[in-house]
Amino acid sequence: MAVVELKNVSYIYNKGTPYEAKALDNINLTLTGDGITGLIGHTGSGKSTMMQLINALLKPTDGQVLIDGVDIWSEPKKIRQVRFKAGLVMQYPEYQLFAETVEEDIAYGPRNMGLSEEEVHERVLRGAEFAGLHPSLLTKSPFELSGGQKRRAALAGVIAMSPKILILDEPAAGLDPGGRREILGGVKKYARESGTNVIIVSHSMEDMAMYCDDLVVMASGKILMHAPCAEVFSRADELIAVGLDVPQITRVAYMLRQYGVDIGRDVYTVDWAYDKLRSKN
Amino acid sequence: MKSDIAFGQYCEGDSLLHRLDPRAKIILAVLYIVVIFLAKSAASFGLLLLFSAALVGVSGISPRIVLGSMKALTFIIIFTAVINIFWMQGEVLLFALGPVKVYLEGIINAVLIVLRIMLLLVCTSMLLTYTTTPIALTDGIEQLLAPLNKLHVPVHEFAMMMSIALRFIPTLIEETEKIMNAQKARGADFSEGSLLQRAKALIPILVPLFVSAFRRADELATAMECRCYTGGAGRTRMNVLRYDWKDFAAIGVVVLLGAAVVVLNILVPGIGLAM
Repeated sequence: MAVVELKNVSYIYNKGTPYEAKALDNINLTLTGDGITGLIGHTGSGKSTMMQLINALLKPTDGQVLIDGVDIWSEPKKIRQVRFKAGLVMQYPEYQLFAETVEEDIAYGPRNMGLSEEEVHERVLRGAEFAGLHPSLLTKSPFELSGGQKRRAALAGVIAMSPKILILDEPAAGLDPGGRREILGGVKKYARESGTNVIIVSHSMEDMAMYCDDLVVMASGKILMHAPCAEVFSRADELIAVGLDVPQITRVAYMLRQYGVDIGRDVYTVDWAYDKLRSKN
Repeated sequence: MKSDIAFGQYCEGDSLLHRLDPRAKIILAVLYIVVIFLAKSAASFGLLLLFSAALVGVSGISPRIVLGSMKALTFIIIFTAVINIFWMQGEVLLFALGPVKVYLEGIINAVLIVLRIMLLLVCTSMLLTYTTTPIALTDGIEQLLAPLNKLHVPVHEFAMMMSIALRFIPTLIEETEKIMNAQKARGADFSEGSLLQRAKALIPILVPLFVSAFRRADELATAMECRCYTGGAGRTRMNVLRYDWKDFAAIGVVVLLGAAVVVLNILVPGIGLAM
């Protein structure tokens, strides 16, 4: 069953003013809730708008957003409940930390949900564990942490709410390769172990190839493709036409094909390419 | 996304008003304010109304925007009108409700005062906010106040602070919006609960906002130092302000206008302000 469903969704900023801008144009999307979905698109293609629609920070100008088959705007008074279901971690989330200790900060979301203190504490520990935050850091001030630790604390704050859908906007932006692996690896582990549907927005095709199961490609307010990674990356020309790219290994495969060694158009991980090449011999 | 916050309200354009020297515009605005206060009779108010309409026409800014900007002052306008109608004593009693007496003079006064407020608003917004970028405006102020340097007033520093403050208002608004969204996504609720609860709900916004404002200030200071900024002394400008004939002509026109208003006050006294 579909966890998230967007039906004929359009969103227009500043409707009725001279600054009117159409961000999403009649979008239909169904996410079935297993694994990690990657969302890619050029800057301004409508990715952020779509995330904020799923999280109910924005209300669609037209159409419906359904979570678990229920229109999230059917009861506007209970919109906070939707936000607990669809957790959103914004870009550079470390700038939203505010509490005196990391623990207090992670507890902010669960407390807003009205959970008991015991439950809150449990959730904090769980969130910290998944985000890869050492328990000894919990009593520190969030402003004493390093950049990567802050990022993880912010991530833990949303994971602690145990959302059914976890939306991450550029979770690895600005981190070093080690930090990227840790954060994205943690997310992948979390998705697998908790059965949460994770949506990741990123500009790094390498990361997408490595961690996502399927990809949604957006261009000028529309969905261009929604398919497994292999299929999306095999349509390299279309991706490049909308200002996107393919993983480097896919490019290598493309060049190999030009030299007469065809290992397929849909190769997008190094291991896969290696296996294919080995089987050629 | 920020259409609801029209700060500074500069309207892009290339009219005569846009091209005047900012210093000239500040002087013009001051002169024009004096002229508005000189006007006493209905005839001179009529002349000023015509002139202001001409200003709007020359600027190329839609009259709708100008009238819309008066909305913010509705309260002040109504308040002064009411005060004038009921407090003013005169000779021609129109009607009386118990102790409250309304005189014809009161009504005339109210109308003219309201006109005066609207004229003030139109002139300052036409000459300054709508047609001058905030940066040009602070530049103009800096240069006009430059003589104060002799009295050891740090004019350049004040102007720089003003430009920086103006420059960062939209940035901070954007930042606030982002942080609010992030906390809302974590279930923050700003619209419910007692006053104390609502005030508390602001902490998760204010703390990150202050932290980021300090961080920005720090980064900006470093960036300025990297470009060898050491304050106003010996600093040259990329856009050197120069008066040309347009500026002198404009000042001449306003001076003439002032003379005309004085003459009209005397020649056509008619109905007018009682003070």
